[in-house]
Amino acid sequence: MAERLLDIRDLSTYFFTHAGVVKAVNGVSFTLHRGETIGIVGESGSGKTVAALSLMRLIADPPGKIVEGTLMLGDRDLRALTDAEMRGVRGNDIAMIFQDPMTSLNPVMKIGKQIAEAIVLHQDKGRGEAWRMAAELLARVGIPDADKRVDQYPFEFSGGMRQRAMIAMAISCNPDVLIADEPTTALDVTIQAQIIDVMREMQAQFDSGVILITHDLGVIAEISDKVMVMYGGRTVEYGPVDEIFYNAHHPYTWGLLASLPRLDATEKARLTPIKGQPPNLITLPGGCPFTARCPYRRPECRDQWPQPESVGLDHGVSCWIPEEQRLALRAELPHSKAPAA
Amino acid sequence: MPDWDERQKPERDVYGTQLTQAETIDARSSEEVIEERVEEATKPLGLWADTWRRLRRNRLALVGLGVIIVFLCIGTVETIFYEAHWHVRPGSDVSAANAPGYLAPYDPNEVNYALSPEGLGSPPSWSHPFGTDYLGRDVLSRTLIATRIAMLVGIIAVAIALTLGLLLGPVSGYYGGAIDTVIMRLADVFFAFPYILFVLLIMSVLGAGFQNVFIAIGILGWATFARISRGQVLSVKSMEYVEAARAQGAGDLRIIFRHVLPNSMAPVYVAMAMAIGGAIATEAALSYLGIGVQPPNSSWGLMIAESVNYLAAGNWWWLLFPSLALVATVFGFISFGNGLRDATDPKLKE
Repeated sequence: MAERLLDIRDLSTYFFTHAGVVKAVNGVSFTLHRGETIGIVGESGSGKTVAALSLMRLIADPPGKIVEGTLMLGDRDLRALTDAEMRGVRGNDIAMIFQDPMTSLNPVMKIGKQIAEAIVLHQDKGRGEAWRMAAELLARVGIPDADKRVDQYPFEFSGGMRQRAMIAMAISCNPDVLIADEPTTALDVTIQAQIIDVMREMQAQFDSGVILITHDLGVIAEISDKVMVMYGGRTVEYGPVDEIFYNAHHPYTWGLLASLPRLDATEKARLTPIKGQPPNLITLPGGCPFTARCPYRRPECRDQWPQPESVGLDHGVSCWIPEEQRLALRAELPHSKAPAA
Repeated sequence: MPDWDERQKPERDVYGTQLTQAETIDARSSEEVIEERVEEATKPLGLWADTWRRLRRNRLALVGLGVIIVFLCIGTVETIFYEAHWHVRPGSDVSAANAPGYLAPYDPNEVNYALSPEGLGSPPSWSHPFGTDYLGRDVLSRTLIATRIAMLVGIIAVAIALTLGLLLGPVSGYYGGAIDTVIMRLADVFFAFPYILFVLLIMSVLGAGFQNVFIAIGILGWATFARISRGQVLSVKSMEYVEAARAQGAGDLRIIFRHVLPNSMAPVYVAMAMAIGGAIATEAALSYLGIGVQPPNSSWGLMIAESVNYLAAGNWWWLLFPSLALVATVFGFISFGNGLRDATDPKLKE
């Protein structure tokens, strides 16, 4: 098995606000190996981004706080590091690609300087050499005329090029772990495909582990090895990508899959949404956060969180519905009739 | 490529005619030319190019800028040549006639009782266009030499205020909490005091003299810059690129001064232009009150103060010219600052 890069156990991040305690991430665990891509899916407010920011200890404190869990990067405990040591990890061992390339580049700093910044911070390189490396990186992520482009400001770049520049920034120090927080959400579809290609190439070249946060199941299907489905700060289901798409066990995962547009649908067919709204994370009941929206809810769902149950190799689900009953329910779902169960 | 192009080129080559620059450009295909023009026209403008484009349409701001440049030039020339011109060899017989390259036609401190009959000065004439004062000193020369002090006060005092303000304001806004409270309440104290009274207080502690004017005005001005930059920092610090810089491993100081502050400067520049005008006016007020620039040195405020006692005798020239200079400078900075604010205000962008 490949080297284990990250081992996250029972991560809980709460925000202590005036209105109450927001349990943004609640007992999330996962591991990431070298060369592996793990996709975290879930709708807005499900705790995906907070989980990723917690890894980098970028949660603003106050009001946020990692209240529980162990975060191991290789054999280093991230929670035990000092702030200065943590700064050495950020950008060097763990790097992040942000969602909106239009706002995540400093508008008054040249692209080259922004890429060179991480190199100067983490490596023993002079400004001139860092600048030269920045141009190289830009060329590597597929920006033509990189020698000229490196000397330009972000406003002279298009959205797709900016996201490429963000990727160049993130990979500048050859990080072990690359976190991509909805890297394609702000881009149009053709550019999305290009960016995903660039990310895949970079991952192959640097052999890093990638955490891909998205609510786009299409992107997940294309590039992930493993998938973690989050809802209301909890992991409701995790498993290899094919298992999640073709052998899902949690009603929320079914809902997500059902809400995808399908190629074989008729023109008049409507998308199937999950009814209701994401829960308020302050008044979260002790049980499964999906209870209120779950069409198959049971009395025990409300008050107790089901322990993850193994339903296959590396495939776990947290649900009170017994396995045989789940399989029966799934067979009835309209979207699961087409692929072989 | 159009076919006329294909035919023309070999002909010229056969006769050895060299293509001129204009013909070379025409010889390119029209798509290429259009593409280049479109690219040029749609190239986005940077902050400064964009600001300048809008500022150019504001006539009052341009007049202000012109006035500022004229007075800055006068001040610079005075500063560079003043000592060399009048004080190279103390007691020597150097005079305006044999020392070219200097704006003031006479030594601003040269007393000449012949030019001040009955101690009332003499009205404007060809040899003394702005007249002379009660000691027979040339008002034009004194007004010009006072430009130096005015510009120095404007620039140095504001530089002091800016440095203090841009150190405290961003730190206050970035860290928030107790640091923010302490710094901003201190700023409130500075705002709460009556301004002139506070300057008088500091001047009485430091003593009169123009170096102390710089310090007093500078110390009092920090609160404005601190408050403006803090407000900007509050909005800029939650931008995604700040988060991105932190995710790259940048420390607090680097984030504040490399990423947050440069993005917070537009309103600060505006306040700066205004503050320079204000500082010049304050220096004039202090000199008028007798605790700024000390005689025999010249300052617009001091000249106004000296002239007032003689006004009843009809000595208008010696009040008018320094007042005009003062008004023009302050107007220049304020109207330029106003124009700059309009040009950088995103709400007014078309």
